[in-house]
Amino acid sequence: MIRFILRRTGSLILLLVAVSFITFTLFQLGPADPASAACGQECTPERIAEARVALGMDHPFFIQYFDYMRGLVSPRMIGAPGAESLCQWPCLGKSFQTNENVSDIIARSLPYTLSMAIGALVLWTITGVGLGLLAALRKGSATDKFIVAAASVGVSLPIPVTGLFLLLVFVNQLHLLPFTTNEINSPFGAQGPWAWVLNYFLPWVALAVLFSAAYIRVTRTNMIETFSEDFIRTARAKGLAPRTVTFKHGVRAGITPVVTMLGMDIGLLLGGAVLTEQIFSVPGLGFTAVRAAISGDLPVTMAITMLAAFFVIVANVVVDLAYAAIDPRVRLQ
Amino acid sequence: MTQLQPGAASAATPSSATSRTRKATRTREATARPGESGAFLDVRNLSVKFPTDDGLVSAVNGMDFSLERGQTLGIVGESGSGKSVTSQALMGLLKGTSAQVTGQAMFQGKDLVTLPESGMRQLRGRNIGMIFQDPLSALHPFYTVGHQIAEAYLVHNNASKKQARAAAVDMLGRVGIPSPEQRFDEYPHHFSGGMRQRAMIAMALICEPELLIADEPTTALDVTVQAQILDLMAELQQETNSALILITHDLGVVAEVCDSVLVMYGGQCVESGPVDEIFYDTRHPYTLGLLKSMPTLNGSSGKLNPIPGQPPSLLDLPKGCIFSARCEYAALAGDGVCAGTRPELVVEDGHGKRCHLSGPQILTIRNTR
Repeated sequence: MIRFILRRTGSLILLLVAVSFITFTLFQLGPADPASAACGQECTPERIAEARVALGMDHPFFIQYFDYMRGLVSPRMIGAPGAESLCQWPCLGKSFQTNENVSDIIARSLPYTLSMAIGALVLWTITGVGLGLLAALRKGSATDKFIVAAASVGVSLPIPVTGLFLLLVFVNQLHLLPFTTNEINSPFGAQGPWAWVLNYFLPWVALAVLFSAAYIRVTRTNMIETFSEDFIRTARAKGLAPRTVTFKHGVRAGITPVVTMLGMDIGLLLGGAVLTEQIFSVPGLGFTAVRAAISGDLPVTMAITMLAAFFVIVANVVVDLAYAAIDPRVRLQ
Repeated sequence: MTQLQPGAASAATPSSATSRTRKATRTREATARPGESGAFLDVRNLSVKFPTDDGLVSAVNGMDFSLERGQTLGIVGESGSGKSVTSQALMGLLKGTSAQVTGQAMFQGKDLVTLPESGMRQLRGRNIGMIFQDPLSALHPFYTVGHQIAEAYLVHNNASKKQARAAAVDMLGRVGIPSPEQRFDEYPHHFSGGMRQRAMIAMALICEPELLIADEPTTALDVTVQAQILDLMAELQQETNSALILITHDLGVVAEVCDSVLVMYGGQCVESGPVDEIFYDTRHPYTLGLLKSMPTLNGSSGKLNPIPGQPPSLLDLPKGCIFSARCEYAALAGDGVCAGTRPELVVEDGHGKRCHLSGPQILTIRNTR
């Protein structure tokens, strides 16, 4: 167990270094010119050069990268010589655009992304696994066919289509739900959990439509396979109640691929649901990352990319631990 | 249709002295009960059909047999002959599927064919136990062996978890698993093949069912372990005086443990009777073919003698004798008789055969081989 965690932490660090280096390199190769963007209109070559120094972009590529990475382990000074300011650990740099600490920007955006991800996750897991199981239990029936057809439609609807459709119908026409506001980013806020639910309900549904479709298919396929296993026949031959056979013997064995999927999707979603956040104007990580990338804000882009990679890797570790808990044949070493 | 009474028949026919010690020690009092309706298990005209996209698959076509307590009935046949489907129909495991089960199977005053699932559930595990072919896939990989056995006890007994554990540990000991207290908490993948099958037997017998159905219980096991498992089953059967249906394609196993045999082909019983008669007074060409195809240690040619041809398609069974297409003696019955009309199962002195050939004709075939 300790060896497992050590090994996984080692690969986590290696992967983060790789991701940061690739992002950094891509940024340098790209057309973004943060210095001229920062100096605004009526730029003279001198002012651009000043801005370049202030952003630390006058140094060679590898020095810049090394400086950035150093901030991840210790505090460092940022800014032009003479006008430096301290960046506390963990220093993710300062935004080229607003000169804000990137860690503050992340801390501000993360609750929005969490709010979206958690609710959507719960919603699509319940609908996806529930409907998939129902379809598997009623294999070949009209219910099964309807669920499978609905899943095919759901998986092929892009988020902009479902998102805009939901906004149009439930907010614009029926006035059943409020338009998403930035004031609520946690169920523990002043307006209470119910306002949080209402505020994020449409983004949740939009994500759930897309994701539960895949979960329905995976759950259905795996459960049908599991229900035909010999040990299910044994459970029936023992005289167990159908509920026990289905859930205790069937679902536990057939659910492992869903756990894998869930882990991957949580990791991805925590890195920011770019499209969904754009459409519902939720200022989460995805929303911030897109803006940063467009405006050439390297430190913010770097930080969110690395955070997303971090979430994916951690989610994978959690999946492995969950596997070991579900399946005694899996031994972590 | 006449009915076969393997129990009465084998009681009337003393076991031959061919070293079948396991059988010889078995109690036989229970088999003396006469009459048709009084049988412990009485199966009449049992048929199972599966609707598929290609048509109706007739897996079992009018099976008749009965069984008494303390008796072992062997059901023999090749793959796809309907052996396993018959056992699953008796166990009610086909309920809730698309399978169409017809006929009658009287057990303890209840018809297993028409009994609803809820009633069947009461019988499963408690009155009818079942052992499956591959113990690794038949045991749940995520639960400890002990838990799975205790679960079978708990569902039919109003007992605490502690009592169930004690019963399961005791049962594990009875099936010959060493240090059962420790083994209780181990998972199936920690067990060897033979130990797993012992655990399966423990699970099937923990509620002491009166009827045990073993569907190829030794097929997935090493030859050395097979004999141990057969011994164990025979021993436990004798202890509880239960009836045993042993489904197998291994004629050696049949000779070893069964009192009576039912040979299946294409979902029908083609020959049935006491085990010695099946082996030494074979009356059906298919059974003859099966016996001939068995490899022998002193076989001179060194070649196997398979029955030529393929089993019939269960989607479209022939009008006449199901075996006629592969039967090398079909011409003896006269022109087109075998292919034209399906023979009935005719029972004489407890020995049934479904064949147009007369007794003397069969005798000639046997003697000329």
